Amino acid sequence: MLSNIARFFLLLAAQILVFNNMSFFGYLNPYPYVLFILLFPVNGNRFSLLLASFALGIIMDIFCNSGGVHTTACIALAYLRPNFFKFSFGVSYEYQTIRINDKLTPERFSFILSTITVHHAILFILESFRINYIFETFFKIILSSIFTILLVILIIYLFKPNKR
Amino acid sequence: MQQIFNFVFKNSYRLLFLLLLGISLVFTVQSHSFHKSKVISSANFLSGGVYEQINSVNEYFSLKGKNEALAFENARLKAILYNQQDTSKIPELDTIKGVKKINIIVSKVIRNSYQSPENYITINSGSKQGLKTDMGVVNDLGIIGIIENISENYATIQSILNLKSKINAKIKKSNHFGTLIWNAKNTGFAQLIEVPRLAAIRKGDTVVTGADSRIFPENIGIGTIDNIYTDNETNYYTLNIRLFNDMTNLGHVYIIKSKEKEEVMKLEAITKKDE
Repeated sequence: MLSNIARFFLLLAAQILVFNNMSFFGYLNPYPYVLFILLFPVNGNRFSLLLASFALGIIMDIFCNSGGVHTTACIALAYLRPNFFKFSFGVSYEYQTIRINDKLTPERFSFILSTITVHHAILFILESFRINYIFETFFKIILSSIFTILLVILIIYLFKPNKR
Repeated sequence: MQQIFNFVFKNSYRLLFLLLLGISLVFTVQSHSFHKSKVISSANFLSGGVYEQINSVNEYFSLKGKNEALAFENARLKAILYNQQDTSKIPELDTIKGVKKINIIVSKVIRNSYQSPENYITINSGSKQGLKTDMGVVNDLGIIGIIENISENYATIQSILNLKSKINAKIKKSNHFGTLIWNAKNTGFAQLIEVPRLAAIRKGDTVVTGADSRIFPENIGIGTIDNIYTDNETNYYTLNIRLFNDMTNLGHVYIIKSKEKEEVMKLEAITKKDE
């Protein structure tokens, strides 16, 4: 519980202070703050996850001046999270002890890949909101997702809790 | 009745999701469809305060460049001053043509965005300093944007790098008008559309703000023509404009308080009523 609250604020601070200012190639930003939603305990309270994702998104929107795009993407991701677990870890995921916060296995990678791609797709489609920029939007989704996934894996490896 | 309660109770998770989704979609659609009145903006004391703190650190890294720019502007102003007929008389006009000095508010950019298709800039002055929505924002090189949201101490600017931005502009040499927009592709360029084919234009011509704009005074620099495209269906040119300003690197900005604006608006409102 405490670690979740700490993660919420630390990721948000890192996102606003550091990652929002990266602007790779002039326009690409990674969004590793979604890691909060990915790392939320599998059997944790889903109501609190949904409300926390809403808060996370709305704070991001306030700081990015982006209306409600981060909020929409975050709560959609929080709501769809069980489906991604099912997709990556099999139907009976609830009875296993899933740790995302560990060594990279194909299951974990597929989970990170699918969640982040869907989050970024919702985010950038809502951000551009125009059909005539569809190619630019696609390009942005793919490049930004790659960027975020790399950073997320790096962060997981850096802060992997010691097993002992 | 009990069935309704049962339904709500059983589906409470889904209903909460739909409620939150509804709220966030309303915010999203609102930010895209209305010109102003955004519910969520960084012109508030929380994010404004945070950005001000970040900026106070970041400022040190660009001090050298800023100093050089200031010295450059000073030199230009001195040149104007010394070339006056009567040097004892202080010139009434500031660097921006057509605007009296008292009508300019100096402010500082504390957050600048240029990655998304709809970019906003946050500055550290607000209604306390006398800012109002729809005031023009410029710096020593050229135009930057238009004020959109205001709180007590902060304000957000709709940057010219915004798909919603539409500014009246003209070609300095020939006085042909057009509309300045941005196609969300390159931060160094904006586009001037609806320029009539009659206009004699060449690459490198200067583009400035037009007289039709009530927000900016006339003849504030925008950029130079970089490319000329002709539209076969209409009789208009589309020009690619290389901006004078590097929109990714902004420091101090000037906000223009135009007294004429209110007068013109009032006059036009009366004229419309009479029709």
